[in-house]
Amino acid sequence: MENVTKTMEKKDNGNARNSRAKLALILEKILVYAFLIFNVLICFFVFYILIVNSTMSKAELQGVFTGLPSTHFFENLESALFKPETVNILQGTLNSFIVAAFTAILTTYFSALSAYAIHAYRFKGRKFISCFILAIMMIPAQVSSLGFIRLAYQIGATDQLWMLIVPSIAAPSVYFYMLQYLKATLPLDLVEASRIDGSSEFMTFNRVVLPLMKPALAVQGIFSFVASWNNLYIPSLLLKSDDKKTLPVMLATLASQSFSKADAGQIWMVTFLAILPIVVVYLLLSKYIIKGVTSGSVKG
Amino acid sequence: MKDKDQALRRGQKEKRKTISYAKWGYIFLIPFFVVYIIFTLYPQLLTFGFSFLTYYRKGRTWVGPEFCGLQNYIDIFTPAEGGTILVFKYLWNTIVLWLICAVPQFVVSLLLAVIFTSSRLKIKGQGFFKTVFYMPNVIMASAFGLLFMQLFSNVGPINSILVNSGMLDQPYNFLGKTVSMRTLIGVINYLMWFGNTTLMLMAGIQSIDDSIFESARIDGSGAFHTFRTITMPLLKPIFLYVLITSMIGGIQMYDVPHIMTGGNGRPDETSFTLVMYLGRVIGANNYGRAGAISVILFIFTAILSFFIFRSITKDNTD
Repeated sequence: MENVTKTMEKKDNGNARNSRAKLALILEKILVYAFLIFNVLICFFVFYILIVNSTMSKAELQGVFTGLPSTHFFENLESALFKPETVNILQGTLNSFIVAAFTAILTTYFSALSAYAIHAYRFKGRKFISCFILAIMMIPAQVSSLGFIRLAYQIGATDQLWMLIVPSIAAPSVYFYMLQYLKATLPLDLVEASRIDGSSEFMTFNRVVLPLMKPALAVQGIFSFVASWNNLYIPSLLLKSDDKKTLPVMLATLASQSFSKADAGQIWMVTFLAILPIVVVYLLLSKYIIKGVTSGSVKG
Repeated sequence: MKDKDQALRRGQKEKRKTISYAKWGYIFLIPFFVVYIIFTLYPQLLTFGFSFLTYYRKGRTWVGPEFCGLQNYIDIFTPAEGGTILVFKYLWNTIVLWLICAVPQFVVSLLLAVIFTSSRLKIKGQGFFKTVFYMPNVIMASAFGLLFMQLFSNVGPINSILVNSGMLDQPYNFLGKTVSMRTLIGVINYLMWFGNTTLMLMAGIQSIDDSIFESARIDGSGAFHTFRTITMPLLKPIFLYVLITSMIGGIQMYDVPHIMTGGNGRPDETSFTLVMYLGRVIGANNYGRAGAISVILFIFTAILSFFIFRSITKDNTD
């Protein structure tokens, strides 16, 4: 009898400890989710304000801030698109798109080609070249920006969009990613087989290797597109005339002007339009982008 | 003997084969190196060369180019009126702005990475959270800057809320005070980068063998104890990599402070960074001095990069 009560007590104790641990876990989970949601709210807050304010008229923006959307979205849209007193956002979007799209195509194709050269061929100086490209990877563009601008003057390429596009052919960090990808996925037997089939080396790269690299090309294509779309420093030194400016340079121009002159609703709308394409692309491809963030740089 | 001969011949044949294809290695590298030499190496050498020249525009005429030795470097480290050495002031600003975003960023990101990888908490909706946290990173810094500038201006929504709710009698001049301006720039950089850092650290934690965490749990190690004695030591190499990458990014900080301060680092140039300094001197057509600033910037970056280079060449030299 005594024994039974003792075991009962023990069981009770165990249950109590178990349920206490469970309660602690639930409490911990509540705290953790609250923390996560708090971070989500911080991220959303900025976008919420941006969207709400781009629906407001100038008068409303100067009045009391309510946090509720208004009805002037299309007015602002119209004046931002077709009455550019401040900046020509359509031209800016077109310029940005040209630069970003060509940069993404050139940088992925030629980085893949360079990586393939190092990966598939054994030639004199291969190890040196491979180390050399690694060594120059971290030198930021700002360091050579002075020489770059001088070069643009020398060859008459200031205000030329191609001056922003062509340098992306030599992109050490994209090359490095491609090399890692090739090492992990390309069996050299495949190259050998294609040679036996009589394919030229260049054809082998285009027809056999490139299709295999599609995932890597997509990831790096997206990242270079975004980086180029958002780039401010070099374009702001290079592009001087209004019809050549890319979006970030236009926004910088807006920021340096006094706001009182411009229509505030229009400025909010311009900001909204400048980030909209990237946000849409991001939300569509976020699964791949999130994977791509870590795949190149951290060794798993 | 015959076998040996055959093997030798086969060896020679194989050797010949690799030699005959080797030229394609060079051919495929031509575009990379032609573009690299013209658009990167030549500008770098030009920049380096300019740093030893007196070469600037005064009004409508150019002075120089004329060799001046280290005069540009001496000028840069000579105190301006008021006794401050400008380049140190701007370096200090850059470091402060980086710290304001990096300290909370690494604390929060580490916490988030541990939370997401915890097998005990089993967080649901990770895809959603990661998508939201990384989103600010793809948005252009210029847009963020313009947005915050409008949000915190004297007539902007934040001041409107503060005044109308009675918390303040009159608008607070966020953009005109050193502390609030630096904080706002830090907040933007934090928002832009904490998602990225979280993902990197998560990948680092996930690369740690699960069985180590498992045995720690069986031994009754608590969450904090496990973090301190297992997660952190094993994460250290990747943590350092992410930290140094962030520092290199910090040294290059330009977009956000440039937009937020209208390009002048106001108030009193307390948010004026090194690259903004470089941009201003290039804009003022003082090529000699801009060259010297570039070289200094390069040295800072090279020191930081050296550590990363060492860690990645350990297993990528072949």
